[in-house]
Amino acid sequence: MTTALDLSNLRPGFHDPVKEGQAAFRVILDAMSNPGSMKSLSLAAQVPEDVGSAAGAVLLTLADMDTPVWLEPSLAGGELSIWLRFHCNCPLTLDPSAAAFALSKSDAALSDLNQFNLGDAKYPDRATTLILVLPSLTGGETVRLQGPGIETEAKIAPCGLPADFWSVRTEVNSKFQFGIDLMLCAGDEIICLPRTTRTLEQGS
Amino acid sequence: MAYVAVKGGERAISNAHALLEEARRGDPSVPELLVDQVREQLSLSVDRVMAEGSCYDRDLAALAIKQSAGDVAEATFLMRAYRTTLPRFGFSKPVETAAMAVRRRISAAFKDIPGGQVLGATFDYTHRLLDFKLAAEGADPVAPAPQALEPMVHPLPTISSVFSHENLLEQEARFDGDDEPFDLTREPMSFPAGRDQRLQALARGDEGFLLSLAYSSQRGWGSTHPLCGEIRMGEVPVEFIPDELGFPIEIADITLTECIMLSGFAGSAERAPQYTRGYGLTFGHNERKTMSMAIVDRALRARELGEQVDAPCQDEEFVLYHSDNVEASGFVQHLKLPHYVDFQADLLFLRKLRAEFFDRKAAAEAITALQMEPAE
Amino acid sequence: MNAQANDAALTATSNSPERYYTYGYLDEQTKRMIRRAILKAVAIPGYQVPFGSREMPVPYGWGTGGIQLTAAIIGPDDVYKCIDQGADDTTNAVSIRRFFAKVADVATTEDTAEATIIQSRHRIPEHPLKDGQIMVFQVPQPEPLRGLEPREMETRAMHAYEEYGLQYVSLYENVSAFGRIAATAGYPVMVDERYLMSPSPIPKFDNPKLHNSHALMLFGAGREKRIYAIPPHTTVRSLDFEDYPFETQKWEESCALCAADDSYLDEVVLDDQGQRMFVCSDSHYCSDRRAQGFRGPMAGHELVDIDKGAGQ
Repeated sequence: MTTALDLSNLRPGFHDPVKEGQAAFRVILDAMSNPGSMKSLSLAAQVPEDVGSAAGAVLLTLADMDTPVWLEPSLAGGELSIWLRFHCNCPLTLDPSAAAFALSKSDAALSDLNQFNLGDAKYPDRATTLILVLPSLTGGETVRLQGPGIETEAKIAPCGLPADFWSVRTEVNSKFQFGIDLMLCAGDEIICLPRTTRTLEQGS
Repeated sequence: MAYVAVKGGERAISNAHALLEEARRGDPSVPELLVDQVREQLSLSVDRVMAEGSCYDRDLAALAIKQSAGDVAEATFLMRAYRTTLPRFGFSKPVETAAMAVRRRISAAFKDIPGGQVLGATFDYTHRLLDFKLAAEGADPVAPAPQALEPMVHPLPTISSVFSHENLLEQEARFDGDDEPFDLTREPMSFPAGRDQRLQALARGDEGFLLSLAYSSQRGWGSTHPLCGEIRMGEVPVEFIPDELGFPIEIADITLTECIMLSGFAGSAERAPQYTRGYGLTFGHNERKTMSMAIVDRALRARELGEQVDAPCQDEEFVLYHSDNVEASGFVQHLKLPHYVDFQADLLFLRKLRAEFFDRKAAAEAITALQMEPAE
Repeated sequence: MNAQANDAALTATSNSPERYYTYGYLDEQTKRMIRRAILKAVAIPGYQVPFGSREMPVPYGWGTGGIQLTAAIIGPDDVYKCIDQGADDTTNAVSIRRFFAKVADVATTEDTAEATIIQSRHRIPEHPLKDGQIMVFQVPQPEPLRGLEPREMETRAMHAYEEYGLQYVSLYENVSAFGRIAATAGYPVMVDERYLMSPSPIPKFDNPKLHNSHALMLFGAGREKRIYAIPPHTTVRSLDFEDYPFETQKWEESCALCAADDSYLDEVVLDDQGQRMFVCSDSHYCSDRRAQGFRGPMAGHELVDIDKGAGQ
């Protein structure tokens, strides 16, 4: 049963879901295939709750009735959740371990990445894809990256991640094939970090 | 001499398709077959194409049969390829076959099953003699079959209702609640398979494959000692609950064939001996298929019932992975596609092995010849 | 099949009411499902992601996996190349290319360098691939271990726990029987030193092209309902033993038409008296070289394309 949604303030999604969804997907695929590279993922409409074009476009492109979406508690029940229910028809879950996609824009969820689904030994593809909305993808402390999709080494410097974030992520991804695939988003920019991307110790 | 590559161009393909059209039509002096004629007069082909094509639409199935020149597997493929483009609205409520408007119902278990044996339209007990009257054009119209003197009991009691007071037959596994059943058309096969996944695979499965498996089981390769509890064929309503309404609406009346096979169960420490079921259900009138499906379903329950598993029909990966004729036909026939790159790789390898073989042989012969030379 | 009716159904312009099928043929929900599977495949290189493969208008085994991948990624700005056995003009490649030209309003090419998406059965083009290109492979059997263990429940566990002993035993048995590893096409590889993967039935000649490729490699098995991937710049190692190292096919001949001695050659039988010639399996590579003036010993034996031969 669908519950009646308050659509009075509903903002638009894609104007042409077929074409824009395809174009957005290619940007996301490019970003996931080249971890650490920053790509532009714009959206004509403004996404509610200031999560930005990139994060909004990711969900419009990939979420639907088959993908439970978890929003950090501060967003649950808000304008973004109505927008997602209307445009994606995706179920919203309060259980992070049931989420195909999870979206977080504060530190609250980041200290415990184990609360998300890290995948099954036989089906590691079932792991949650975590979308982190950050103030900026540049200007922060530089992190060096290696792994599949990176020719030699990549560098990123996102802002707004808690100090221990990279060590928490390394710990969660240490038992490959289990792990969390990340999409860092700020405004209309996106960087993807699949679980295979390794961060190098500073100075090493 | 110019070497003409055996490679097809666009023109070759469209010419081949034009020829196919011509072949399908046959002699143009013979009137063209109408889709209505296929639907009405080749109705069992239509039923099979709907069942294996997983799409209930008599007109489309008849069109597919016409377009495929009567090749039922090809027609099934056309139905499937069309079906996959349709939007999915949700899943229906379980159909109530107990409330079926029955056109045929028989039970081999009881002489006098309540409601009676209803033979209906069946090839059973016909003598398989070619009827040359049908070959004559403009034959007399078929006289209407005589009507029964008394109306049939409705709803017609089922084999389950007959047994219900004694618990001799295991309870029906009923699907209720809101859980969405497994849907093979949206998710790949996964193992171990639930019964919903298994039954869907068997219902879509190739009749010939299931028939042979059922037959192998009867001959002792994973025998279930089946007894035909009941076969019924007729119409049932399909109900669907649209999200926006919240209550069921009837969206169609469809013809179904259902079969319940009874197999003995010796019992275990926890469970009293009783009859177990194998279940078959298909679109349309598909008796051979439905019976085969019920036997194979029961055979595949071997592990669940603690029976020894050693025959092909009891092996769920073997049965479920190989029952789909659209998959099987595509893969067997893909061998028609060029494989000359891998063949060349094989040829190189085989030539190398042969060269080494002859080198070794020559060397061995040389040594033998040396040894044969008389010593000075 | 009625070719004319099909063409009419497929050529109607995008989003016009006459169009019987949606852009890219697949409905949006199916595309999203495939797109999600692709992203997970890229995130876990070499791992086979199960996906809800759909029935396509071509038979299983004839490229339905590759077609679904292409349909899920292709857009109007793409330039699409489709090859079978390395050649652009083989019947099935022509048929699939025509399908996408119609359902995706996309430009097509035979030029490897110009293509953004290259769909292939059994080959990787000779021309080195570059950043941003996507190779789409049609895969008949995604499971490298299937020939050794028929049960999916078993092979999935082997991948989960990285138990690839069975594969090595089989290769070792090859060595004892033939003095070498016998696999000639579909030669198994380790991706990023974790997942054992079948590269689809490409000849082992093409295996080195998988290693640290600049292009993204996507593999689609429609009938077996699996998608897997190798991201660009990823380690791909063909299995071997220290004393039996991996090696690729070599020919004593060079291409009879363009004299290439570095490309995969097809053997073309000229008569039943043992006359034969060897020509590049990559038809575009060969014609490109001939256009540059390279001439092989039988350069007079022009490959006659049926369409071009008919003056089209």
